[in-house]
Amino acid sequence: MKVLEVINLEKSFGGVKAVDDVSFFIEQGETFGIIGPNGAGKTTLFNLISGIYTPDNGKIIFKGKDITGFMPYKLSHIGIARTFQNMRLFGSLTVLENILSAVLSKRPYNIFQAVFRTNGYTKGEKNAYNMARELIDFFGLNEKADYPANSLSYGEQRRLELARALATGPSLMLIDEPGAGMNPKEIGDLASMIKTIKDKFSVTIAIIEHQMNLIMNISDRIMAMDFGEVITTSTPQEVKKDKRVIEAYLGEELD
Amino acid sequence: MRFLKESKQFLVVAFIIYVILKALFVFGVASSYIQQIVQYAVIIALTSIGLNIIYGFTGQFSLGHAAFYGIGAYTSAYLTKVLGIDSLFSYIPVLMACSVISGLIGFLIGIPILKLKDDFLAIATLGFGTLVRVFFDNSDKISDVLGGSRGFVGIPKITNLELVLFFTLFIIVITRHMINSRFGLFWRCIKDDELAASSIGINTANMKLMAFTYGCMLAGFGGAFYANLYTFLHPSNFDILKSIDFLIIVIIGGMGNIVGTILASFIWVGFIEGLRIILPSEVLDIRWVVIPILLIFIMMWRPYGIMAKKTK
Repeated sequence: MKVLEVINLEKSFGGVKAVDDVSFFIEQGETFGIIGPNGAGKTTLFNLISGIYTPDNGKIIFKGKDITGFMPYKLSHIGIARTFQNMRLFGSLTVLENILSAVLSKRPYNIFQAVFRTNGYTKGEKNAYNMARELIDFFGLNEKADYPANSLSYGEQRRLELARALATGPSLMLIDEPGAGMNPKEIGDLASMIKTIKDKFSVTIAIIEHQMNLIMNISDRIMAMDFGEVITTSTPQEVKKDKRVIEAYLGEELD
Repeated sequence: MRFLKESKQFLVVAFIIYVILKALFVFGVASSYIQQIVQYAVIIALTSIGLNIIYGFTGQFSLGHAAFYGIGAYTSAYLTKVLGIDSLFSYIPVLMACSVISGLIGFLIGIPILKLKDDFLAIATLGFGTLVRVFFDNSDKISDVLGGSRGFVGIPKITNLELVLFFTLFIIVITRHMINSRFGLFWRCIKDDELAASSIGINTANMKLMAFTYGCMLAGFGGAFYANLYTFLHPSNFDILKSIDFLIIVIIGGMGNIVGTILASFIWVGFIEGLRIILPSEVLDIRWVVIPILLIFIMMWRPYGIMAKKTK
């Protein structure tokens, strides 16, 4: 089953085509890698799928439903979560609050229940708290739960952003360059973490990454982009050998 | 009672303060002038809490808060005078009406302007504030009762210590419940990073509008109490300078800090009115030199507000 289908997507900024006639699909349960040089339109593509930009042309189908032009919060509610290339955490909020906000955005109670502190409020808050605690545990952020997010180390912030995205209960996760600024050991940990996330939370993953050993290791299929266009979509082995990909991005053949 | 449970400590302190104040009033230690100032400080606190929701919690810089305070004041003045209201019982519906009207105008103005950010929002709210001030200046052309630039006179005196204090406490309890719920959390998320907030499923446009409307409703209550405390209104009480007063109180008290806002309101009113008692009238205007200098020192000493921990 196709979780996501993108058809002839286009987006221009002042005459520059950032995404030019891009089509692809993502199967349920797979890890879909996206590679390409800087400015190839990878992040723009994520911004289109997550509703931050509206496409000039084309369609985005999520689980058989046309979601083109939906607002970001609505896309989050129907199960699309994302992380950002430059990490957009709520810096002054604690780790726990960062995750709670994502859990609580699913409308567990309304304003009157909150003001009059009804059972609905207490139950909603308690469930959210338990779920947030589980995520904090899973990502090993227990000791930092009550610290503001901006006091965390770089690696912890990356993990927190993944935790927050998962807290929205997604079926599709768009992960934008999680390995940026990490050393080889951290990259290795990240690869196994993404695999565990996929199994434990049964999410489909689309991932943008420049670290070749990471993306080649975890992806089922990879799409290579350049100048807003798709060069090829294939298995990691095939993509590595593709002449056009080597020319545009990889530089030389990897072994 | 569950409704009051979370704020028990706060309410106990508030009640002790009330008893002390009442004793001072009853035994004649505090003059009627001081009694008026105390009530005024509570009104300023109530209104400033409204701005703290808008700016301190949600990060929407508004330079038009005094306009909503003014709308509440003129609405209450008009209704109580025209309807001849003088009892507390019939005053409550008027209060509600003032708050609803302020909130409704805030809501309608908020729909287009809250899409703007930072400086642009400041300019838009400043524009709205000026518009309202000009409207008050020329209000006698609509109805002579409103008084226009001569001011609105002969408003019934209804506000008293119990009414304003207990009503404000009730509002504070409600406000705290909102802040300590997902709504308050969302407001703080939006202040930190609006784009990230929308990406985790927060309807940011709605939440910003909700914070703005609620803040304007509190200003409406504050304005109404003010009108029925001083029994005279003048358009110049509701201009940009007044809006800046509220901003200063929110910043001194600490962004997103309710107790700080209350303290700052009392300090602010206490200084401006207190210096009036201490200083002889010839040099009274020196207040406007002393206060800004004081502000500079407070900002250097505690940039995140008096209630915040001392920063490194």
